[in-house]
Amino acid sequence: MATPSTVPVDLSAALVLAPVPLADWLVVLPVASMIAFGALLMMVRKSVRLQGTIAIAGLALLVLLDAGLLWRVMVHGPVTMVMGRWLPPFGIAFTADLFGAVMALVSAVVALAAGIFALTDIDASGRRYGFFPFLMLLMAGVTGAFLTGDIFNLYVWFEVLLIASFGLLILGSEPEQIDGALKYAILNLIGTTLFLIAVGYLYAIFGTLNMADIARKAGTLRETAPLTTLTALFIFAFAMKAAAFPVNFWLPASYHTPRIVVSALFGGLLTKIGIYALIRVTVMLLPVEREELSLMIAVSAALTMLIGALGALAQNDIRKLVGYLVIAGIGNMMAGVAIGTPAAVSGAILYALNSVATMTALYLVAGEAARLAGAWSLSGLGGLYRRAPWFSAASFAFFLAAAGLPPLAGMWPKVVLLKASLDIGAWWLAASILVSAFVITLALGRVFLLAYWRPLSGPAPKMPGEDAPAGDWRIVLPLGALTFLVVLFGLLPEPLLDLTQRAATNLADPAAYILSVFPQSAIERGALP
Amino acid sequence: MNTLILRTVAPVLTALMLLFSIFVLLRGHNEPGGGFIGGLIAASALAIYGIAFGVAAVRRAIRFHPMAIAGAGLFISTLSGLISIFFGVPFMTGLWIYPVFFDVEVPLATVISFDLGVYLVVLGAITSIALALEQEPGPETGGEEG
Repeated sequence: MATPSTVPVDLSAALVLAPVPLADWLVVLPVASMIAFGALLMMVRKSVRLQGTIAIAGLALLVLLDAGLLWRVMVHGPVTMVMGRWLPPFGIAFTADLFGAVMALVSAVVALAAGIFALTDIDASGRRYGFFPFLMLLMAGVTGAFLTGDIFNLYVWFEVLLIASFGLLILGSEPEQIDGALKYAILNLIGTTLFLIAVGYLYAIFGTLNMADIARKAGTLRETAPLTTLTALFIFAFAMKAAAFPVNFWLPASYHTPRIVVSALFGGLLTKIGIYALIRVTVMLLPVEREELSLMIAVSAALTMLIGALGALAQNDIRKLVGYLVIAGIGNMMAGVAIGTPAAVSGAILYALNSVATMTALYLVAGEAARLAGAWSLSGLGGLYRRAPWFSAASFAFFLAAAGLPPLAGMWPKVVLLKASLDIGAWWLAASILVSAFVITLALGRVFLLAYWRPLSGPAPKMPGEDAPAGDWRIVLPLGALTFLVVLFGLLPEPLLDLTQRAATNLADPAAYILSVFPQSAIERGALP
Repeated sequence: MNTLILRTVAPVLTALMLLFSIFVLLRGHNEPGGGFIGGLIAASALAIYGIAFGVAAVRRAIRFHPMAIAGAGLFISTLSGLISIFFGVPFMTGLWIYPVFFDVEVPLATVISFDLGVYLVVLGAITSIALALEQEPGPETGGEEG
């Protein structure tokens, strides 16, 4: 209120009056910095070279901020900041726990890798059209979704990243892209609307949107309120976002149409946001209802991973093939949600982290393979092993990681999930994880056989508009860094296993999360219900 | 549309509407109004000018590209939220100063600069769309779709 300075007001009933330590700003700064960089890039839209430099600097800063946040959360537990100083649950809370912070960090690393790759892949007209501002806004949406502690705010970040993704999807305005974008847009808007309806329903039941507050109140409302219906609505909305069976058809129809960097970002990040929201809402907020619906989730998970794997085996276009691999991964993560024990959820989180890195890398590999050999289809590709042995070695590492074979990082989450499903006696779920992994191995073996080992007759035709020299750092650096990560966490999985285990335990018992939003003093004082 | 009457009235109308949009922006501080509606009024002022004198005239008049204006607005709004880092209060907290002009105390706040940012974002984004729609279809704009 614009009251004169002389009017005394008692602020303690409405505002957080304790001073905020500087380190708490790490919760907000990743999102705020991405919006600021996006705005800056909009102002220099015409300077094509400057844009790339600013964007890479911004993404590097995002990695540093997210790493700092993860460190802070590991040492001190969940960190909360309430927007505009209003007391929760009325102020919008940003709360980072281990799960959110580690997802945000991996997304930032992947976005930096994709951003560097984009320096070659996105030409001057794509930059003038606004690739880098859209990328920044996409990352603001992604990071915001991971760090927010308010379920309506989660919806808002979904919208932000959705709008940015529309812009990225039609970069180039080719008829094929418009066709893919239309399917993507309509199905995603339906999914987001369902999410919004579910949030409205939740607000009608709980009278609050703050996640910590919902987690506190769910126990007392369970007898009287239709929470199972609400949970089913949320599961359906998030399954649509994550491209789980039977609402997975939009993904293979649209993800192969944009520039390969955009496909890489979408395949790595967007579906995982759906899984993140699913875990956050069903495992942390409404665990009893998740238990009731677990059979439905499990069946959907098993079918998703099988359909994804079989679809991958049937494809000729390598971009579509990777799209089906994304779907198969979603099935594995949902299996973790369906089982719901802390061990299974930690497997799902580990799978999500691995999938973010591997799927992005696979799309980038597909793009580089097509640039080297001049085709997107398996029937046209060939001779890559002879032409680019180092690139082939990196691709091989990602193929092993995606199939879940030792010794790469993709194996560990599958092992954890298998053990968790056998522990509760769900042998058919375990069997479908194994069958899916086996079929994916076949599909990727086929790619390696045809595209890498098969000798190519005659000189390779060049893709139009691609003139980066071989061994360009803008291609070597992102692929090399992602290979390093996948190999490192394959050989030394202990720290990551430990981290996801802790993250899953904190989700199963969100006491620390609630305490971070509502400090003990406020509850004892009786200032809050 | 492009009649003599419209061309005579348009400059006056545009100036009046721009002035009114700033009035609405500032009024929004304590009463109905604010950056969003102010930005919409300003964008419609530019749209009327565009109908009367053509898109090129509007682009010359506003000097900057509309998307650059929107970007600047977003930047101002973000900075308004970030200022509170220096005062030990959470993001987006309203911070006030009370300068005195001619013996009248004028409360100023980061809330106002945030709203100014919203004004510019709406002005820039809507103007960008309106100008694209008003653009005459021509060879350089991509034919019929314009």
